[in-house]
Parts: sequence; structure tokens; C-alpha cells
Amino acid sequence: MGNDTQPKQRIVTDAEAGYITRVEELAYELRIQEVMTRDVKTVSPDMQMGAVLEVFRRARISGAPVVHKGRLVGIVSIEDLIHALRGGDVAAPASEYMSERVITVKSSHPVIEALKIFTQEKVGRLPVVDDEGKLVGILTKGDITRGLLRALQSDYQEEELKKYRVSHLFADIASDRTSLILRYNVKARDFAHGGRASSDIKRALMRLGANPQIARRCGIAVYEAEMNLIIHTTEGGVIQVEIEPHQIVMETTDTGPGIEDIELAMKPGYSTAPEEVRELGFGAGMGLKNIQRCVDAMTLESTPGKGTRLEMRIYLQPDEAFSGAAHAREGKAQ
Amino acid sequence: MTLQEIITRLNLTLLTEGRDFSQVVPTSGYTSDLLSCVMAGARRQGIWVTLQAHANIVAVAALLDLSAIIITEGAQPDAETIARANEEGIPLLSTPRPSFAVVGQLWEMGLRDDGNA
Repeated sequence: MGNDTQPKQRIVTDAEAGYITRVEELAYELRIQEVMTRDVKTVSPDMQMGAVLEVFRRARISGAPVVHKGRLVGIVSIEDLIHALRGGDVAAPASEYMSERVITVKSSHPVIEALKIFTQEKVGRLPVVDDEGKLVGILTKGDITRGLLRALQSDYQEEELKKYRVSHLFADIASDRTSLILRYNVKARDFAHGGRASSDIKRALMRLGANPQIARRCGIAVYEAEMNLIIHTTEGGVIQVEIEPHQIVMETTDTGPGIEDIELAMKPGYSTAPEEVRELGFGAGMGLKNIQRCVDAMTLESTPGKGTRLEMRIYLQPDEAFSGAAHAREGKAQ
Repeated sequence: MTLQEIITRLNLTLLTEGRDFSQVVPTSGYTSDLLSCVMAGARRQGIWVTLQAHANIVAVAALLDLSAIIITEGAQPDAETIARANEEGIPLLSTPRPSFAVVGQLWEMGLRDDGNA
């Protein structure tokens, strides 16, 4: 007999989980008064059922609160109307067919309270009253759905706006030369945080709307430079990334010990990393080679006993440039 | 071939948070314990087989957009590394078997692209 007849498990993806949570959150955040229909069609208890039908038809509704002298006395729905029609009793007053048991909700309560009632009770609509008990609106499941969708839409627009603002940084700020500088301090031997700065830089570039391939190349180049600071320097160093619309310049500087023979250091496989560092998988002697592969220009300057400065440049092609860069250039050409 | 199929066939232990791995399709494979070699050789969406288990493997995988890391010979990453992998969305998979056996199994399953073809 087959033993692999386990039912398929449905795994909720993060995106779905996030979405569900947000809708649930909104059901708690949104007040009933924000989603209800304010223009309530009401009928009086002595209105004939035939006239009630006309009200429903004109307003395209399927139920209405029954109000007498400003007081809510019942609710009449399409089902009540069908009852009356079936008995040929259209001349009867609404008070005869309406249901007197009216469940109301308060306008200041969160939407979730209304949702609970909708799942527990067989009602299609809930009259909404204010704190004094005065009828101020009416609520259907459709109102809630529309309200939640509206709120989600405005959430989405806010997020889009944030993204837009960041990615248009270069377009929105007028100057002869705009650049964004990111600085990171890297401690020597801090293997636990190795790769933090490069990950952060890659993420920042993505947020700025960089081409993903460019962000990856920067990430790899800075990672190798960052690890060099961690593995080889005496006191760590600083990573500085200057982002401009047309280029990204990454630079690491440290205060020693410096490189004795740069040509030798550039050779693939050559490494001065100590054994315990190599055991961790570092010091393969590939770092500088990897950097060279990822960037368009690389400058390595070092003075033994003083320190090292490594500059890496990536030039952005017009189609890789940050949003608005082309616009900025046009502006300059005028 | 999906990451879920790989996890099932190779009987890998998932160390990070669960996700729908039947939607993740590794397109190539790479194995090395030297991080700079991985930086140079592993490809986007690739799967990386290594016996390194320290926090830096997560940074490497995140920078390269790898689809998963298979940590071999039962090497155990610490809690901070696992937390960081969760943060970066990099699945960490563990097996007591050596890298050679894992790569062999992946090859037999049909994952033969080394990303450098």
C-alpha cells in the first residue's frame, strides 16, 4: 500500500500572509463611520409595502430601517416585501411586515465588530447609530469590502509614493552635481558582521532604483573590499560609496599595514591571510581579482606601514542610469 | 526541478523558516568552501553546496541572490547565522553527507548547469 498519500499542505506564502494580516489589521483600524453609507433611505412604519417597493427600486437597495419620529423601530428587507407581495398585501403598512428585532452597530466602533455580527447573525445590513442612538448610516458587507479595498489602495499608493520619491532623488533635486554618499565603518577581525556593509549598500542601490545587475556588481566588489578590511587591516577601515546618476564610486581606506607588493597581491590565488582565517573560507587570494571583474575601473594605492586606498568605479550606461539622470543631463545641456 | 523536490529527495533538514519551496527553482549549482571562489563562480538563483556554516555564507548568498545553501557534513550554523538567513530570505539546508555525495545526487536529479556554460 502506498504510504505517501499525505494530504497536500497548503503553505501560505509571505506575501499572502502579509496581505491577510494587513486586511485584518485594517478591520481593527477602520471605524464603521469610515465605510458606512451615510445617505440612509428610511421608511415610516405606516408606509404601504407597495410604496416601500418603490423606494427600494428607485434607490436600488434591498432593505431599509423603519423610523418613527426619529426613532428606529424596525427594519424592512426585500424578503419582507416578497412575503407581502405573495399574499397580495401591498397595501399593508410596513410595520406589519418589518422585523422589530433590529441589531445596530455604533459608528465609532471598529469594522471588525460589524464583521463579527455579519458572521453570527443572518442579517444583510446593519443600521449604524451614534453614541446618542441616533441613526447616522447603514452598513452592508459590500460597504465593508469597498472600505477595505479603498484603505488598501491608499496603503499601496503611499508605498509607491515612497519608492517614487527615493528613486527620483536625482531628478527631484536640482544642482550642478548631485551625489549621495554612504559611509560604513568596518572593524578589523569582525567576521560576525562581515558582509553587512555590502548587503546594506546593495539594498540601498535597489531602493534607489538601480539596475539589479549593477547593484549585484557593486555588492560583490564592496564585499571583497569589506572582507579585506576585516581580514588584513590592523584597525579596520572605512567604506565610502558615492552614488551619482552616471556612476558609482566605491572606496575603502585603512591605516595599515599596507601592501608590500601590489602586483603580487593582484595575482589570483596569492594571499597573506593567516591559517585560521583560511579555515573559514576566506583568503582564497581571489578578492582583488573578483573586484576587478565587477568594476569598470580599479585603483589600488598602498604605502607599507601607512595604509591602503582602494577605489572602484562603475560607470552607468544611459539605460542603467538612475531614474531622472537622463533628465538631469538634458537640463545641463540647455 | 524545484527546491522542494531537492529537499525531499536529498532528505535535507531545513534550518530556516519554511516557505513554499515548490515555487523556488534553482537553475545551476556550485560547490566550494572558499568564499571568494563562490563570489566568482556561483550564479544567480543557483544552489551552493559547502561545509562552511558561519554567518558570512549568508552575506555571500544574499549578495549573489542564490536560491539556497546546502551545508554538508552536519556543520551547524549558530542561531545568529540562521536569524540572518531568515532576514535575507536565504534557505539554509543541512545534511550529514559530504559535499561530494550531495553534488552527485543533484547531478543525478538533473541539476547539471554549473552556471559557467
